[in-house]
Amino acid sequence: MTGIPLSHILFVSTALFFIGVYGFFTRRNMITMLMSVELILNSVNINFVAFNKYLYPEKLDGVFFTLFVITIAAAEAAVAIAIIINLYRSHQSIDVEDANEMKF
Amino acid sequence: MSASQIIFYLISALILSSGLLAVTARKIFRSAIWLLFSLLGIAALYFWMEVEFVAAVQIIVYVGGIVVLIIFSIFLTQQSGSELPKAIRSRALFSGLAAAFGFAWTFMLIDQHPFNNPAGTAFSPGVAAIGNQMLSISDHGYVLPFEVISVLLLAAMIGCIVIAMKVKPQEA
Repeated sequence: MTGIPLSHILFVSTALFFIGVYGFFTRRNMITMLMSVELILNSVNINFVAFNKYLYPEKLDGVFFTLFVITIAAAEAAVAIAIIINLYRSHQSIDVEDANEMKF
Repeated sequence: MSASQIIFYLISALILSSGLLAVTARKIFRSAIWLLFSLLGIAALYFWMEVEFVAAVQIIVYVGGIVVLIIFSIFLTQQSGSELPKAIRSRALFSGLAAAFGFAWTFMLIDQHPFNNPAGTAFSPGVAAIGNQMLSISDHGYVLPFEVISVLLLAAMIGCIVIAMKVKPQEA
């Protein structure tokens, strides 16, 4: 578009996705895991907007998908934080290793 | 290299470096602040791609809403000054390898795929066009997902209240 090929934007979003995956694998604290999930969702949003802008400039579907993903991510974060705070009340900890009653 | 290209690479460096710090910082509050910078960088990327409405929504919902919610919940559940335990070395090594191989493989596929850009038509997502198509009931309108997502938000709100509600001692 302005001299940047599409693959460079896809490089950024792919790298952000796998940074989020790495954080999700290594972190054991539920709030930091939630933050990694937010990074993953954001990288997907970048992809939607970039594909819309570069490959289908006459349509708007990528923008709508981005808006819906942002809405669902907000709802998901709210519910997840409600669950985390409730877990903290009953376990005094939000480490995933401490919440193992339903593990087996 | 034009100014627009330099700005793109600066924004990308901001997004990736603060994203990496957000998943590796040892203090949870700093981690949340790095996440904030990363999300702001993504909003800047949307501005760079000239989708101002999505950029504004990104700032309002993520930076103004979700990060504030995350910081509140950190204050409710952690001693924010204390450090998180270090990740187990073998787990960090293998997840790093998995992420690196996944990234390499995905980017190799992307790099080999020929994207054929249609030339000519300019991308101009004005707010009026977005609003018209969002609430249009024609074939390409998005009014049904719009309504469904409003029901989803209502359900999430009720769900949060039910989950967070305190059970009174005589009922328990």
